[in-house]
Amino acid sequence: MTEPLLRVRDLRTYFVTEHGSGTARAVDGVSFELFPGETLGIVGESGCGKTVTSLSILRLIPEPPGHIRPGSFIEFEGRNLLALAPRELRAVRGNQIAMIFQEPMTSLNPVFTVGDQIAEAAIVHQGLSRRAARARAIAMLQLVGIPDPGERVDHYPHQMSGGMRQRVMIAMALVCHPKLLIADEPTTALDVTIQAQIIELLDRLQAELGMAVMLITHDLGIVAGSADRVVVMYAGQVVEQAPTPELFGHPLHPYTEGLLASVPRLDTPPARAGGGGGKLHSIPGQVPAATAWPAGCRFHPRCPYAWDRCRQEEPPLLDAGGGEPGTHTVRCWLLTEPRRRTPRVS
Amino acid sequence: MSVWTWLALAGAVVAALAVVAEVRRRAAASAPGRRFFRHPTAAPGIFVLAFFLAIALAAPLVAPYPWYLQIDIVHVADRPPSARFLLGTDLYSRDVWSRIVYGARISLGIGTLAMLLAVTVGAAVGAVAGYFRRWVDTTLMRLVDVGLAMPRIFVLLLVVALWGHVSVPLLVLLIGLTGWFGTSRLVRAEVLSLREREFVAAARALGAGPTRVIFRHVLPNAAAPIIVSAALGIGNVVLLEAGLSFLGFGVPAPRPSWGTMIAEGWPKITAAPWASLFPGLAISLLVMALNAVGDALRDALDPRKEAA
Amino acid sequence: MTAPTALVDVAGLVKHFPGERGLLGLGRPRARVRAVDGVSFTIARGRTLGLVGESGCGKSTAGRAILRLIEPDAGRVTVDGQDVLALGARELRALRRRMQIVFQDPYGSLNPRMTVRQTLAEPLAIHRVAAGAEADRRIGSLLEEVGLDPSFTGSYPHELSGGQRQRVGIARALSVEPQFLVLDEPVSALDVSVQAQVLNLLADLQQRRRLTFLFIAHDLAVVKHIADDVAVMYLGKIVERAPAATLYAAPRHPYTTSLLSAVPVPDPKAQRARIVLAGEVPSPANPPPGCPFHPRCPHPKKNERCRTEPPALRELAPGQLVACHFAEEPLRP
Repeated sequence: MTEPLLRVRDLRTYFVTEHGSGTARAVDGVSFELFPGETLGIVGESGCGKTVTSLSILRLIPEPPGHIRPGSFIEFEGRNLLALAPRELRAVRGNQIAMIFQEPMTSLNPVFTVGDQIAEAAIVHQGLSRRAARARAIAMLQLVGIPDPGERVDHYPHQMSGGMRQRVMIAMALVCHPKLLIADEPTTALDVTIQAQIIELLDRLQAELGMAVMLITHDLGIVAGSADRVVVMYAGQVVEQAPTPELFGHPLHPYTEGLLASVPRLDTPPARAGGGGGKLHSIPGQVPAATAWPAGCRFHPRCPYAWDRCRQEEPPLLDAGGGEPGTHTVRCWLLTEPRRRTPRVS
Repeated sequence: MSVWTWLALAGAVVAALAVVAEVRRRAAASAPGRRFFRHPTAAPGIFVLAFFLAIALAAPLVAPYPWYLQIDIVHVADRPPSARFLLGTDLYSRDVWSRIVYGARISLGIGTLAMLLAVTVGAAVGAVAGYFRRWVDTTLMRLVDVGLAMPRIFVLLLVVALWGHVSVPLLVLLIGLTGWFGTSRLVRAEVLSLREREFVAAARALGAGPTRVIFRHVLPNAAAPIIVSAALGIGNVVLLEAGLSFLGFGVPAPRPSWGTMIAEGWPKITAAPWASLFPGLAISLLVMALNAVGDALRDALDPRKEAA
Repeated sequence: MTAPTALVDVAGLVKHFPGERGLLGLGRPRARVRAVDGVSFTIARGRTLGLVGESGCGKSTAGRAILRLIEPDAGRVTVDGQDVLALGARELRALRRRMQIVFQDPYGSLNPRMTVRQTLAEPLAIHRVAAGAEADRRIGSLLEEVGLDPSFTGSYPHELSGGQRQRVGIARALSVEPQFLVLDEPVSALDVSVQAQVLNLLADLQQRRRLTFLFIAHDLAVVKHIADDVAVMYLGKIVERAPAATLYAAPRHPYTTSLLSAVPVPDPKAQRARIVLAGEVPSPANPPPGCPFHPRCPHPKKNERCRTEPPALRELAPGQLVACHFAEEPLRP
């Protein structure tokens, strides 16, 4: 059993809001592990805390108004990231753990050439000379599939399309061969055909460089195709965690079930069936505000199976059995009372 | 200074404090309101403005003497501040404090009216130029360019000199009509970006005509730069009016414009500095307060801060 | 065979934007951006046409041009027998009651300074449909129809969630009782679970009010669930149009095939060989000669003809049109 590359335990990141509506508990007790070379998909809708989780790992949360609560624990290759001094932390960022973001236009500096931006990481972390760093930048552009890298290295971000900018971001992230790449919604802002290119690129690079990838997205299709294991988040918590085939084949948490059922898919017959056919399944209600998570199980107001216990007691992550302990965990009382898995008549 | 005038003065101070407290209370309910008061100079600024407004409105109660009264030209001209004359007397033995109180009416009055005129014209021109674009925009903006290039104070001096006599309404008109150019640029920029917003397209799709779109949809959302413009604009107008009056081209003597008071006290500046000093301080205080409030408003209404 | 009466008939719609000018605006204008380059389709009453494509293909521009929110450069648009492009301002305003639009961005499409009540009362006031108590009554029933509690009338947009805002946008469009609705990416900005709610709502409304929809989207899976017919756009032109079932089961244009193959499917067992197109989505300012898709086309039989001769949109089977020289030998992934 290999040691995990990244271990997150009880991560809590809270934000102080000024309205006096209290503290926004964006990430409220998140734990998971990431092993070397694997792709972990983190899935959830807006407001679930997935982005804040990724930013917390690299401690990129602005200190007021946010703060990582004591008792949180983030360990990378055996070192506690939350206890590192700023200088040591900087040696990790961009070097061992790299991150790419959703909006390539705003993540790239418009006044520097792409070559300069890629070379920067090499210069800072590996002490390369400008000339060596430039050669490295050209090599990276080639690696990520940008045509004419020798010319493109001197282009500015605005001269490139969205897909190319995303490739540049990936090049910047990979220049120091990090062991872990955090990709926060890397394809959400891109067209479908470009998205396919980027996903294919990430898959190829991961295999070539042997790095681990934390893929954060709301798109279940991407996760199904690229992730080895999946973590589903809701209301600042992990609600289900399983290997990908298991999650899609046997989703156990009602939220996961609901999500999978409500995604419109290409491979199933349409809900409409020509004029008044069936409907898409939808989860009633909406995501609650981070300042006022519901009592008990946070999903209970929207859950078709909820009963008293769900309203009063917050379930812990329970093991779903089947295989090694911890492979498939679910935060739901249904695991203790499976007979209740029949929807209430409303 | 009699008991009553002291009481009236105290009343003005209390009223100003009450205004600050009330504004603070209401502002706490909204994010822009809270951002406003985060500026350390915002509350004092509001206090000063409220105070000047109070004494301007209650001038007959607060001022111990009429502003024109030469009390005793033989014995009490150029007297330093004392219990009887709070801020001293000027060369004509008029009470400086009373003249400052009445002068507040002039400064605030001209400031507000001229600013209203300038902001209205500026917002209208900016909105029309920004919304209709093409030749309307080009023509209007070339006009604005000319206006901005013009040396305002010289133009004002020229007009006043040619006109002969000066009156307060004329001053308001002149200052207002020469001061709208900057506002129009700001409003135009705001309108240009607002017209691309989808709710504007939605209004047009519903069948709204240009008038409705501009007045119900675009301008209310362009309020922020207009308000900031207005707050900072009054300060400029007060300074301009004081400057003109100092040069003798503004509010004619013997009316107690603070600028005129400085000019009148100038020849005796070493012997009786208070006659020029206090009006100068009043101008500085008012303008600083207006700038403080304007700055705080600009930050409070900044839409980028909405993200917080 | 008589076709059901077309409520909307678009023929040869063209919209070009002048390109950027060099030399700080004083130079000669550069290439025109051919956003919509000769688009034609019809929509029968009560049906939904899905208009799909990637960014820059012109679908949003086409939708707005049909409503004359943007003035088209050429073409003919007929809605319920009336020639939209020939109308004067007053007649156009009257026709606006029959055709409305729902926008993509629930945050941007509502005036942040107007309450829900004011937003919904405005169209009633513009068209003098109702005022005062009658308006309030209608607003209440509109809100119920879109699934919102009538207590929301006093709320401002920033107090509502994305899904709620979108419902208000739909209510606003419905307030004038239109027959034809252009939906410009109405669910793209919403979370998955809310998306499904809004799509169900739209399907209900269409049934109940017998509405005709032009559903513009880039998400093919979403379109599959709501459209009767689908038209695929690329660089300002329609490259394929077919009934939804046919298009998804057996696409004929290589772009449609590639597009369908690129959509990720949420099923780890169904990972199929993808066609990954090389190259970027081209800019409509510089369309290639011949077939607009030829530089990226993965069809094995692509030849010189593709490079020089633009293929015409021709009817292969009733209701199925394709613009490809090799439409009879479609690409299979």
